[in-house]
Amino acid sequence: MARKLLLEHINVPGINTFDVYRSKGGYASVEKALKTMSPDAVVEEVKKSGLRGRGGAGFPTGMKWSFLAKPEGVARYLVCNADESEPGTFKDRYLMTYIPHLLIEGMIVSSFALGAKVSYIYVRGEMMPQIRILEKAIAEAKAKGFLGKNILGSGYDLELYVQPGGGAYICGEETALLESLEGKRGNPRIKPPFPAIAGLYGCPTVVNNVESIAAVVPIINEGGEEYAKVGIGRSTGTKLISAGGNVKNPGVYEIDLGLPVEEFLYSDEYCGGIANGKRLKAVVAGGSSVPILPANLFLKTINNEPRLMSYESLADGGFVSGTMMGSGGFIAFDEDQCIVRNTWNFTRFYHHESCGQCSPCREGTGWMEKVLHRLEHGHGRLSDMDLLVDVSKKIEGNTICPLGDAAAWPVASAIRHFRDEFEWHVTNPSEAVARNYGIAHYADPLVKPEAVA
Amino acid sequence: MSVKVTIDGIAIDVEPGTSILNAARQIGGDIVPPAMCYYSKLKDSGGKCRTCLVKVSKGSEKDPRPMPKLVASCRTTVMDGMEVQNITSPEVIEARKGIVEMLLINHPLDCPICDQAGECDLQNLGFEHGAVKTRYEFDRRTFEKIDIGDKIQLHMTRCILCYRCVFTADQITDHRIHGILNRGDHSEISTYITAAVDNDFSGNVIDVCPVGALTDKTFRFKNRVWFTKPVEAHRDCDHEKCNGKVTLWYKGEEVLRVTARKDQYGEVEEFICNTCRFDKKKTSDWVIDGPRKVSHKSVISSNHYEFIPLPVVKTNPVLIEANKEQFERDNRL
Repeated sequence: MARKLLLEHINVPGINTFDVYRSKGGYASVEKALKTMSPDAVVEEVKKSGLRGRGGAGFPTGMKWSFLAKPEGVARYLVCNADESEPGTFKDRYLMTYIPHLLIEGMIVSSFALGAKVSYIYVRGEMMPQIRILEKAIAEAKAKGFLGKNILGSGYDLELYVQPGGGAYICGEETALLESLEGKRGNPRIKPPFPAIAGLYGCPTVVNNVESIAAVVPIINEGGEEYAKVGIGRSTGTKLISAGGNVKNPGVYEIDLGLPVEEFLYSDEYCGGIANGKRLKAVVAGGSSVPILPANLFLKTINNEPRLMSYESLADGGFVSGTMMGSGGFIAFDEDQCIVRNTWNFTRFYHHESCGQCSPCREGTGWMEKVLHRLEHGHGRLSDMDLLVDVSKKIEGNTICPLGDAAAWPVASAIRHFRDEFEWHVTNPSEAVARNYGIAHYADPLVKPEAVA
Repeated sequence: MSVKVTIDGIAIDVEPGTSILNAARQIGGDIVPPAMCYYSKLKDSGGKCRTCLVKVSKGSEKDPRPMPKLVASCRTTVMDGMEVQNITSPEVIEARKGIVEMLLINHPLDCPICDQAGECDLQNLGFEHGAVKTRYEFDRRTFEKIDIGDKIQLHMTRCILCYRCVFTADQITDHRIHGILNRGDHSEISTYITAAVDNDFSGNVIDVCPVGALTDKTFRFKNRVWFTKPVEAHRDCDHEKCNGKVTLWYKGEEVLRVTARKDQYGEVEEFICNTCRFDKKKTSDWVIDGPRKVSHKSVISSNHYEFIPLPVVKTNPVLIEANKEQFERDNRL
C-alpha cells in the first residue's frame, strides 16, 4: 500500500480539530517555512517538486507562482478555488470536510511564498457545512497564533477569509471566480491580462485548487525532491481521485500518479471492480469535461500498452484515442448505462451553466442539448451525429473561457467512440426508449490498426 | 515608435497597443473583420460575439510561434512583426460561418417588420459571412416586448447579447439601471423590477444596438430606413455634453427620426442627448449641413441615385441570337 501524503491521518478521530491535527505533526510546514526559509525558497521548492495544478488543467504550480508580477506597493492575493463543481468530482469537499487544517496550513505557506497579506478561500455556495468547518478551523488557527499579525514571531501577517459563492459552475473558472469574489456577475474575463498580472481588484493574483494548495504541505515538510520521487515522469506526487459511478467502492482515493488504471479499477484497495458483477462499458476519467472512452481504449492505449493514472498516459493518443486527467472525477459506466442519455445529461448541464457571454457557447450548448434530447427520445436522424460533431467543432476553441471546450469534448468523443450506439438509437427508436444498447463491442480487445503503406 | 503588423499580406505600421481589429480598419477594405459587440467608443467592449476571430500565424518578431487558437481581433493587441490571417484563412472563414449560424439560432426572422432592417449589423453579417440555410430546427427563445423608459422599446427576442448598451449606460450616462439577468441562452437585458431608463443620454442605447432589440418609439413602424433620406444637421444644444451634430432622416418634408452620425462601421461619431434625438423633429430646429453620404453598398442609398453612375448597357449578340431562337421555337405551333 502506497504512502499517503495528504490523507495520512484522515482516520484519526478528531483530526478536524486543531489540537489533534497539531499533535499529528500538523503546521510543521508553517514553522519550517516561516522560520527557516525565504519566500523565494518556498517557490523554488514547489518548482522542484514538479507539482501540477490539481484543478483540471495540470499547469505546473511552481511555474504559475513564479509568473506572479511583483510591483512595489501593490497588494498580492492568493485565492483558493474551492468552487468544486465539475460533475463527478468531490475530492476537495472531502478534504475540506475531514481535514480542514491541511488546507489552512497550505494556505499559510503558499501565501507566505507569494507575499500575500490577505488570502481568500472561495467556496461554492452549496457547501455550507464546509464553509462553517473552514471558518471554525480558521478561528482555531488564529487563536493559536498561526494566522493574524506576526505569525510565530516571524513578522509575517496573514488574514484568511472564506467567501461563499453563488453556486455557479462558471465561477470555478479563475477569472469568473475573481469577478464573483469582487461582488460582480460571474462572467469570465477576457485574457490577457492574466490574473498573475491583474487579478483580484486589479492586483496580481494566484488562483489555485484546494488540492494543489494542500499538496504544498508535504512538499515543504519533506522537500521538493523527495516529493518528486513519488509518481511517474512529469506527473509527480499523489492525486486524489473521486471514484464514482458503477464501481463497487465509490469514494475518494489518494493514489500515486502512475498507478495502472486496471489496478485502480479492480483492486480491492481502491474501487474494487464494477458493482453487482457487471462489466465495464465506458469511463470518464477526469470529470465530465474530459473525453469519454470505451472500456477497451481506457484500459489499454491504442498501442496496446497498459494505461496508467498519470497526466501523460491518460492523454496518450490525444483526442483520437486518449482522454485527460482533469480534476480526477472518475466515473465508471457499466454495461447497463446508455451513453446517449449520459451525453445528453452532460450537455444539459453545460447548457444550464453557460454564462451566456460569448455566442458560440451560449447558443451552441443549447443546440447540442436539443439535438441530443431528440436522439435520446427516439426522434433522431442519422445526420444528427455529423451535425453534433460540426457544432462541437464550432464551439471548441472559439470561446472566451474553457467552458466551451468542456461542453464540446464529451459530445465529440461520445460520437467518435460510440457512434454505433447513437445510430442504433436512430434506427431502432422504439427499442431505444425501452432498453439500452448494452456493452456491444466496447470491451473487446483492441485490434491493432493495420499499418497504412 | 510604431509596430509593424501584416494582415492578410498587407503590412502597416501602427501605434503600440492597437488591437488587430483597429489595425485592420486602418488598412480598410475586405480584410476588416466584422464586429458585432466591439464598439471603439466604449471602453472594455468586445470579445463576446466572436465574429472577429482571426488567426495569428506568427506571434511576433521575438516569439514567432503561432497562437494555438483563433483570437478575438478586437481584444488582442498587435506585437511587432505579427502576422495575421483573416480572409486568407479557411479556418477563420469556417469558424465565422459557424458563429453567424449560432447568432441566428435564437434571432427571429422578422426583418420584414423590424425597424432596424436596412441598417442592421446582423443582416450585413449574415449576408456577407453566413450560410444560406440554418440547420437549427427547434423553437427559438422568445420574450415579451417591454418599454424601458417612455421612448425606448426593448424587444429581447432579437437581442444578441453584445453588452454594448450596458457599457453605454455605464460610460455615457450617469447611472445604469438595466443589465443582464439570468444566464446562458435565457439571459436577457432588463431593468431592475421594471424601472424606467430615464436620463439625458439614454437614447444612445438605440444607436449602439447592432440589431433591432432597442428601438426608438418615436420612429417605430413609421417607415423603412431605405425610403428615408439622411441629411446632416446640427443645432446649438444647451446640454454641456452634447454638441448637437446629428443625422436627420427625412421623408418628404417631414423629419421622421433623429440619430447620431454613424461611420462606415456603424459606430456613432458623437453621442447625442435625448432632447436632440426625441424632441427636435422640425426642420426649423436645425441648421442643415448637407446630405449624409451612405455607402452605395447599403440599401439606404438604394433610392438616392445621385452618386452612382448609370450602368453601361452593352448589346450582347449571343443573347440576342438565343432569344430569337427561343421566340421562333415558342411560336412554331
